[in-house]
Amino acid sequence: MKNSKSSQRLLSSPYIAWAVIFIIVPLCMVFYYGLTDKTGAFTFENIAAIMSAEHAKALWLSLGLSLISTVICFFIAYPLAMILANMNVNQHSFIVLIFILPMWMNFLLRTLAWQTLLEKTGVINNVLSFLHLPSLNIINTPYAIVLGMVYNFLPFMVLPLYNSLVKIDPNVINAAKDLGANNVQTFFKITFPLSIPGIISGITMVFIPALTTFVISNLLGGSKILLIGNVIEESFTQAGNWHLGSGLSIVLMIFIIVNMVASAIFDKDGEGSAL
Amino acid sequence: MNKELINLIDISKAFDGEMVLDELNLNIHENEFLTLLGPSGCGKTTTLRILGGFVTPDKGRVVFDGQDITGMPPNKRQLNTVFQKYALFTHMNIAENIAFGLKIKNKSKNYIDDKIKYALKLVNLEGYEKRMPDSLSGGQQQRIAIARAIVNEPKVLLLDEPLGALDLKLRQDMQYELIRLKNELGITFIYVTHDQEEALSMSDTIVVMNQGYIQQIGTPETIYNEPENAFVADFIGDSNIIDAIMLEDKLVSILGAKFACVDTGFGHNKPVDVVIRPEDVELTKPEDGTISGTVTHLIFKGVHYEMEVTANGFEWLVHSTGMFPVGTQVGIKIDPFNIQIMNKPASEDEEAVGVEE
Repeated sequence: MKNSKSSQRLLSSPYIAWAVIFIIVPLCMVFYYGLTDKTGAFTFENIAAIMSAEHAKALWLSLGLSLISTVICFFIAYPLAMILANMNVNQHSFIVLIFILPMWMNFLLRTLAWQTLLEKTGVINNVLSFLHLPSLNIINTPYAIVLGMVYNFLPFMVLPLYNSLVKIDPNVINAAKDLGANNVQTFFKITFPLSIPGIISGITMVFIPALTTFVISNLLGGSKILLIGNVIEESFTQAGNWHLGSGLSIVLMIFIIVNMVASAIFDKDGEGSAL
Repeated sequence: MNKELINLIDISKAFDGEMVLDELNLNIHENEFLTLLGPSGCGKTTTLRILGGFVTPDKGRVVFDGQDITGMPPNKRQLNTVFQKYALFTHMNIAENIAFGLKIKNKSKNYIDDKIKYALKLVNLEGYEKRMPDSLSGGQQQRIAIARAIVNEPKVLLLDEPLGALDLKLRQDMQYELIRLKNELGITFIYVTHDQEEALSMSDTIVVMNQGYIQQIGTPETIYNEPENAFVADFIGDSNIIDAIMLEDKLVSILGAKFACVDTGFGHNKPVDVVIRPEDVELTKPEDGTISGTVTHLIFKGVHYEMEVTANGFEWLVHSTGMFPVGTQVGIKIDPFNIQIMNKPASEDEEAVGVEE
């Protein structure tokens, strides 16, 4: 027993080293910078900076846009996941492939592609004007950011939902109908409650990346719309203020931790980790 | 016999071009315990699902109490199903599971509470209202599945291999429970199983099915003692199935020896199959038997000895309380009543096929 335990420890050492160097150390640095000022003295100023009008606005906008994107993703993904779950294996592997295919492409490229599509003289507007339809001017608006978020994060909603729906025994659905429930009652009393772990995972997996993104807002929002991710990015790269950037990161981390704790409570089977 | 409750008329069903049921006709009576018995793929589960409304037949009609219900969705049918592997609602507690059907029908809270109590008492699980399905054993979950179905007072309870996942001891207990339940409720049970012992011990009527056809319908005694063809004989219990020639009424030539039997009307010199149950083969001294042979295998089975006797080129399976060591010369005698004569299968469909267990 002793041997197998120590060999297990040995085998896990590369991962532990990885985790220490790339997760624990950077986290400690974030906390060090976040809780100190330029002289190295302890301060809460960097965290309190979230209260300033500019930062609070960015945070609220981030929360709002990620929430909207998550809701839209949910309403697109749920019917899709239900259709997929009811298909036989041959049919659904093709559809799943179609959905996962864009995920193999670089995230930045995909977002840049949307920029090109949405531009004032971009592909979409050229087609619209050719058809004598009014042009679509959503680039550099929150609409474009939501579009980018939904497009990029939709698969992360579909997959956990699909995983939880496909696990439901068809006989459980049959049993509900057998006991007199119609399709609507069966959905709300059986299918939906049984898919809640998948819903929570899906929400987490869309909401957190959407909340922290700065690439999507950079490319599709122009420089006019600042999300909290952009503020943090700018304080590191442009202002060179690591202390402020780290302090705001800690604030953002609190939202992420709350979300993840909630998902851990509901998603006991780890359906989100099935990805 | 009680009045007919369900008629299946010319039911055919194919899945992906493969015929599962071929013009099946079956009448089910009120207050009957009817078992559909057969190997996997014989169409028994499909028949049950057609009754439950989960599968629509390609052809034919389902008549329930005089009313055609072929196209009626499951939630409108006056029958309830107990599913294989229970299919309980894991996100609800036991009381909520049992109340599901009643709440859908908007019954009053008092009525539902009384029903839950009554149903739990019926399945011997009083006080389990607040438990979650996952915390119950397989046998308990099965009882809850039955309780959930019967509170709706169906006229017919469909049971799809409900004991398949339980261990042997529990399965035997549940067999008694089911018989008791059926008698207390006074409703029709339609039971699907591939387990011949289950079928024999519980049913009023057994329907033996194979490859989408009904092979024989009858009481357990009839099915066991007078199988109509080699498939039924082979599927129900152990048996010696031997090619034979019916010489004349009440006289059959088995492996070259003449045996007296009781069957008539097969004609003269007609090839037939005979079925002789292993417990009906009587072992005697070699000179007393109709034919004689040598014991080649001997196994002690508890209640009896199982022996194989090679006689006239055939390996006879014999169950006997008397022990004859391997190598003993024995005679074989058979009571004329215990020789069951069957026509050779007329078509391939009736041919006995390998039984998967």
